Amino acid sequence: MGTLTEEIFTRRLGRPIHAGEIVVAPVDYAMAHDVTGPLAIEAFRQLEVPIWDPDRVIFVFDHILPANTVAAAGLHRQVREFAAEFGVKHVFQEGICHQLMVEKGFVRPGGIVVGADSHSTTYGALGCFSAGFGSTDIAVTFATGRTWFRVPETIRIDLRGGLPPGVFPKDLALQVIRRLGAEGANYLAVEWGGEAVEAMSVDDRLTLANLTVDFGGKAGLCEPDEHTRAYLGDAGVIDLHPVQPEYRQLVEVDAETLEPQIACPPAIDNVRDLSEVEGTHLDEVFVGSCTNGRIEDLAIVAGYFEGRQVHPGTRTIVVPASKKVYMEALARGYIQTFMEAGALVMNAGCGPCLGRQHGVLGPGERALSTSNRNYAGRMGSAQAEIYLANPAVAAASALAGEIADPRLLPPPQPSPQGGGR
Amino acid sequence: MGRVFKFGDGISTDAIIPGRFNVTTDATALGKACFIEARPDFATTVQAGDVIVAGRNFGCGSSREHAPVAIKAAGIHAVVAQSFARIFYRNAINIGLAVVQCEAIYGAVQDGDPISVDVRSGRIDVNGKMFTGETPGPVATAIMEAGTLIDLIKTRGWAAIEEVS
Repeated sequence: MGTLTEEIFTRRLGRPIHAGEIVVAPVDYAMAHDVTGPLAIEAFRQLEVPIWDPDRVIFVFDHILPANTVAAAGLHRQVREFAAEFGVKHVFQEGICHQLMVEKGFVRPGGIVVGADSHSTTYGALGCFSAGFGSTDIAVTFATGRTWFRVPETIRIDLRGGLPPGVFPKDLALQVIRRLGAEGANYLAVEWGGEAVEAMSVDDRLTLANLTVDFGGKAGLCEPDEHTRAYLGDAGVIDLHPVQPEYRQLVEVDAETLEPQIACPPAIDNVRDLSEVEGTHLDEVFVGSCTNGRIEDLAIVAGYFEGRQVHPGTRTIVVPASKKVYMEALARGYIQTFMEAGALVMNAGCGPCLGRQHGVLGPGERALSTSNRNYAGRMGSAQAEIYLANPAVAAASALAGEIADPRLLPPPQPSPQGGGR
Repeated sequence: MGRVFKFGDGISTDAIIPGRFNVTTDATALGKACFIEARPDFATTVQAGDVIVAGRNFGCGSSREHAPVAIKAAGIHAVVAQSFARIFYRNAINIGLAVVQCEAIYGAVQDGDPISVDVRSGRIDVNGKMFTGETPGPVATAIMEAGTLIDLIKTRGWAAIEEVS
């Protein structure tokens, strides 16, 4: 009985669990990446115990991939040496940690997964309770297979109606953040539901769950359903629904009346309608990240870029979320479309999102990004400005060299499918 | 007794330690880069015992534990904020950086005011006024009493947390 969160903890612990309780719970997997991993390793070593289960520890090189400085190479080496010493085999360098956690099958409905990265909320899209932690918490999970939770109360968000042209799940999430504020779900879980979510693909739901942490959410969950089954296969998809849930807050968003939403600098909750910021000059457009770097996102952008050129005054950088996404984009001809349009296509990973490798912004520069964070200094200089938007707005803006409305362009060209261009 | 370093609302971990400066696990190096762009004189002017007083949602954004490590290594005794982002708060407690949630103090202090914070009781003395921060939860209290999460788990295991849950 209860919210999705309470149902998951109740099943896992074998006794009725209610929001507000503090529990120590076993987890399925613990993930760390190339920046949070080294601190976790150092904390783990202080415990002087064996690793809990080397097959349930996951390391991903994604934040600085490939290493761009001697210091970064040192972090990578530290992780590789630890993995070799403790027999950790799940070590990946083929995309963003959150995308790989989902693609590689570590995430199951009803599961509990912890990650040393704030956007670990992403896995909630599949009905898994997943949350981001710091390195020390993850180190203790490496040692014990468990962590402690204050089981959160839940905000239920129902997304009503169909999405109009040019409006995507990113816009729904930004609209919610606009209403609730950057700490609107602090310490709380979020359930994403309603007919708009029921109609969404898993890729789309991953965007919603991902952005949950950006208004403070501890976890962002969707009920597993036939879309989840199609994505994961029947085997691991359990029946999981809220049962007579008591919610802390109910929020409804009418998708039908929404226009594209833009998070303006310097905060995620500084959200405006696209029409208020159209025409803003851009030095860089970034398409990618754990929010919007999946194949459906790249398909949208390729549709707009087909037969067109990005603005010569705007650097346009495309970063597929994973090798799998990249190779699918290759097979469908999107990568050729991006390159013919004049975009730079980088290797799968976090890319320019966090200003640590390529695509770094200089002072006074302005970028539009499909990612999730626009704090001052996030992508480079603290004197640079970052606007966050959906992939269609990013595509139209890259073509125009300024923030532009994709609904004013001729309809996207049908993108080539299955290669053979 | 320390001095107040006052910050506003929504101070992100990107402001505390920008991404390109946390490519190390060395606390001293992280401390030197603390607020390097948001407040470039911070690391060179903080003295041991000084206190950050901030508005809402302090430490929002990335889960990087480098942020509380940097603040602690810079010499800050405690962070008093109107509210904290969840992961930052937990990270700070885990590594032994004192964090106190207090709504009323923000409007009553300015940069440089002398301040003392008693972490255990939550009592804050500043400008002749006394404020009381919110009492931390039972797990945070257990970790604070042990020093760090690693100290707690190493000495007492999960039983230490199970018995307060």
